[in-house]
Amino acid sequence: MMETILLEVATPDRLLVSEPVREVQIPTSHGYIGVLPEHAPLLAELGIGVLSYVTGNETKRIAVSGGYVEVRPERVRVLADVAEPSGEIDVERALAALKRAEERLRHPEPGIDIARAINAMRRAQARLAAAGRPVEK
Amino acid sequence: MPSLIDLRRRIRSVRNTQQMTRAMKMISAARLRRAQDRVIAARPYARILRELVGSVGAALRSDEELFHHPLLVRRPEQRIQLVLITADRGLAGAFNSNLNRQAEQFLASHHESEVVIEAIGRKGRDYFRKRDVPLSGAHVGLAGRAMYSDVAPIADRLIERYATQQTDAVYLLYNEFKSMLSQKPVVMRVLPIEIPEETEQREYIFEQSPRQLLESLLPKYVRLALYHAVLESTAAEHAARMTAMDAATTNAGELIEKLTIYMNRVRQTSITRELIEVVTGAAALE
Repeated sequence: MMETILLEVATPDRLLVSEPVREVQIPTSHGYIGVLPEHAPLLAELGIGVLSYVTGNETKRIAVSGGYVEVRPERVRVLADVAEPSGEIDVERALAALKRAEERLRHPEPGIDIARAINAMRRAQARLAAAGRPVEK
Repeated sequence: MPSLIDLRRRIRSVRNTQQMTRAMKMISAARLRRAQDRVIAARPYARILRELVGSVGAALRSDEELFHHPLLVRRPEQRIQLVLITADRGLAGAFNSNLNRQAEQFLASHHESEVVIEAIGRKGRDYFRKRDVPLSGAHVGLAGRAMYSDVAPIADRLIERYATQQTDAVYLLYNEFKSMLSQKPVVMRVLPIEIPEETEQREYIFEQSPRQLLESLLPKYVRLALYHAVLESTAAEHAARMTAMDAATTNAGELIEKLTIYMNRVRQTSITRELIEVVTGAAALE
């Protein structure tokens, strides 16, 4: 039984993570999946949310949105359109984006794209969650 | 014979130019390093995406209908889209002129079909605009700091025009970064997409239908190909400029040396002449 599984997280601009992890939680477009070493091969679309993984005794979090997940028994590859590790997240900006999106949804003007506003809101929530800020309601 | 003052002025001017070319060389060296880092940083995503397209493609190989996907269908190439990626700025040796020449050759060798150029970079745009070649679009100010998010919309328009059969093929023409000293124009077809061969077959659990997955993968593949070409071209541009400016700095050094020797000779001549005048003057008095 393998102890760890190789996790690779890449965006078009750079490779973010490439290290063995004990487990990883991934937001797919159909909900979160948990992956442990020797998982069955799987392909899925990446959703919007927080990807978290355990290495050593640490849990690290990355806000991701859009892309793909490929799981093989020995490795997990995540191709994300956007990925921000918790340390790089600008909480102020995410809060502002969240407020803007909520405002837009609360008072929908004709001509705005509801789906886009919802996605913007979810991205902002994911960033806040990854940064360790619980989303207050 | 030029006067001493003229020569001094000339040397000073060449020295100024040399300082400029040397500074440009340094700047290019720094930018090249950054551009190279970006090319390297973008590689893992590109590699994984290619393998992914291969895997999904392999899983669907038996699917007849798949091959009628708008981005995979090959048709006679009557209307060709050529994406010409040049630099925005010159002073980079033959970097831009090589590309424009290649583009002309491409036009000549595809004269039986209609070729429309989309220019990324000012140099290519200006070149073909001056020759009244119609462009389908021009993008200036991208090279150097192009982010994926800048390039993706351009790719999306190419994809749309292809999918709606306004074009039958899309080619990229750009300078490939071979090494510091060599940049080579390459022509690459991005549409229709050729699904890369995947050697190892694997049974996947699909969260979505594989078709759906492939349909969203294919446009990304094209976007990434364009992004990659822009990054390569940027690295090549800085390498070319660095080489060109290095050569210019050396040439300026040689010119300064030659002019200095010439100037010394002129000065020596005038000293000699003055001496002769003094000596003949003194001799005449005796």
